[in-house]
Amino acid sequence: MTDLYQSQRAMRRIRKQAMDRGVVAVLDIGTSKVACLVLKFDGPDGFAEAEGIGSLAGQSMFRVIGAATTRSRGVSFGEIGAMNETERAIRTAVQAAQKMANVRVDHVIACLSGAAPRSYGLDGAVELEDSTVSEHDVARVMAACDMPDIGAGREVLHAQPVNFALDHRTGLIDPRGQIGNRLAVDMHLLTVEATALQNLLYCIKRCDLELAGVASSAYVSALSALVEDEQELGAACIDLGGGATGMSIFIKKHMIYADSLRMGGDHVTQDISKGLGVSQATAERIKTFYGGVVATGMDDREMIEIGGDTGDYDHDRRQISRAELIGIMRPRVEEILEDVRARLDAAGFDHLPSQKIVLTGGGSQIPGLDGLASRILGQQVRLGRPLRVQGLPQAATGAGFASVVGMCLFAAHPQDEWWDFDIPAERYPARSLKRAVRWFKDNW
Amino acid sequence: MQQVTPPRRDPAPSRLSYRLNRLWLTPLFRKLLRTGLPAFVLIFTVMWYLGDTDRRDALGLAIADMRSSIEARPEFMVKLMAIDGASDDLAEDIREVVPLDFPISSFDLDLPALHETVAGLDAVAKADVHVRPGGILQISVRERMPAVVWRGRQGLELLDERGNRVAPLEARAARPDLPLIIGDGAETQVVEALQLFEVARPLKHRLLAVVRMGERRWDVVLDRDQRILLPERDPVAALRRVIALDQAEEMLDRDLVAIDMRNSARPTLRMAPDALEELRRIRELETRDSDG
Repeated sequence: MTDLYQSQRAMRRIRKQAMDRGVVAVLDIGTSKVACLVLKFDGPDGFAEAEGIGSLAGQSMFRVIGAATTRSRGVSFGEIGAMNETERAIRTAVQAAQKMANVRVDHVIACLSGAAPRSYGLDGAVELEDSTVSEHDVARVMAACDMPDIGAGREVLHAQPVNFALDHRTGLIDPRGQIGNRLAVDMHLLTVEATALQNLLYCIKRCDLELAGVASSAYVSALSALVEDEQELGAACIDLGGGATGMSIFIKKHMIYADSLRMGGDHVTQDISKGLGVSQATAERIKTFYGGVVATGMDDREMIEIGGDTGDYDHDRRQISRAELIGIMRPRVEEILEDVRARLDAAGFDHLPSQKIVLTGGGSQIPGLDGLASRILGQQVRLGRPLRVQGLPQAATGAGFASVVGMCLFAAHPQDEWWDFDIPAERYPARSLKRAVRWFKDNW
Repeated sequence: MQQVTPPRRDPAPSRLSYRLNRLWLTPLFRKLLRTGLPAFVLIFTVMWYLGDTDRRDALGLAIADMRSSIEARPEFMVKLMAIDGASDDLAEDIREVVPLDFPISSFDLDLPALHETVAGLDAVAKADVHVRPGGILQISVRERMPAVVWRGRQGLELLDERGNRVAPLEARAARPDLPLIIGDGAETQVVEALQLFEVARPLKHRLLAVVRMGERRWDVVLDRDQRILLPERDPVAALRRVIALDQAEEMLDRDLVAIDMRNSARPTLRMAPDALEELRRIRELETRDSDG
């Protein structure tokens, strides 16, 4: 665990370096596309201590100066399957973005959409040494949380303090400097499979890039797709991606639950491909041009050429009606949404005061999806598109870019995590030099 | 029938091209390659070329040839020297001290040195040396006019009114029109000497010279071995008094050897040794006559 702590701290340090240099790239390695944005930061003075998230969500201090998207290869279910192929896709995207930005990027922030994330809620409490809460006390209370058994081969991706309570008062955002006797914290811990994370790290390293941060894709797409009051009052963000569907629940501007479903748009395409006997590429084209989930009488009469290149006239001139296509797509979309519903129910989403659901990601562009989703997920469903950030090209403003844009916000305005605080002195080895230094620091 | 199409080109950059691309986007590398490399190549080439002695000599020779061919163009040649404002003797002297073989290129003329040489001549008060269009070296001089003859330890010299040497003189008789001053340090006080001569104009036919005594004061020497000893301070006024006395009482016509004005409160006359005897004899004769 200390190992992970160190590596996360190293990542934070690299992120800080990148901020000082002013250029950082964000990289979304998805199942269907690899997107890369190059961000230029105006400087560290842009990070003035604002209360909470500002009206522009802290996005005024950066600008997108390079953007590139390429077809993803070697990625399945949001996890890297073929290292070489993925590396090439990353190289293509990064080089094109660098070319547009005309600047070299060394630091990259990536996100992970698959890797079977699991959420844990932790809590811990300590008695304060003196009556005022210091930074040291915050570190101590976080260290006091019971670490759940996350299982072998899993790593902590996020460990965010969600809520602080001081004596009988709860819901504190920042307890430092307040007076009380007993400090308690609620933490949200997100773990992912270590192998998927390591593959991602290794892949980025092979592209001569340094990883300056890694985030869960469900988390970052919620950052860009949920508006401020949704984050505050409670909402779920469903990111319908290519190979995986991410979902995250927000309340009081903190993520309290995240999960990922190993199903997405690619499965719809596969169904079309199998059902109609066409290639994957043709099925993808048919899906994007004619896809839908709600059939009307008109759709029976709208015929779609599905083509083919066998040379057989009858085979190559096949036609289906749009209603048939919808008939193939709808069950799969329903299945995905029902699974999402099940996961949300298991997480206790229906106990939240506000049950807003925002659909985003490339899969959310299926016509009629909001109607279908509201029948399965509840009435408060809307389609979300990512926030507009400065300098973002028009081509990258669609719902499919929610997680890339979210990563920009994540880079500009990171949430405090467990490793942003110092290790309490008790956790140091007994004869460590650091411990001595710490003692001197505290006593003088 | 399946159409055979070549496999589509992989859009991904190879690892090498990706790395080169990133290297090219590195600002330092870019600067180095864009300015550093050409500068290095240039410097290296020049150094390599000049590293060989023969080549260096040949280069120097070629440059010298080019320079001399430009210098030898007729536009830059000076063909003769013109001297203005000098007497024939002085012109002769100038031609002697400026030994130039005409025609000469104006690049080879050292005009400041030439000016120094010409201005260094005693008889030249002011010199102006320049090359006139048409290839003429123009030397304009203003001669010094001799004002006095000075007899020093080295012989006779002609001096101008400020005491600068003009020319040596063989004999006093060659310039009888100029007044004579004598003695060490006289040449530095020519202005005062000339004032004395101006004041002594009434005695002109008797005046031989003024003599600087001990480099501090003047003696006026008249014929019949008469001297007027002038004080150190304000000698002109003292001489005026003597002249006034002479005009009133014809003092200098008498048998005096010297009039000592060094102490202005007490002018003193030194008479000739026999003069007192002579005076007594004359008085005796006069009384004898009146008695007898």
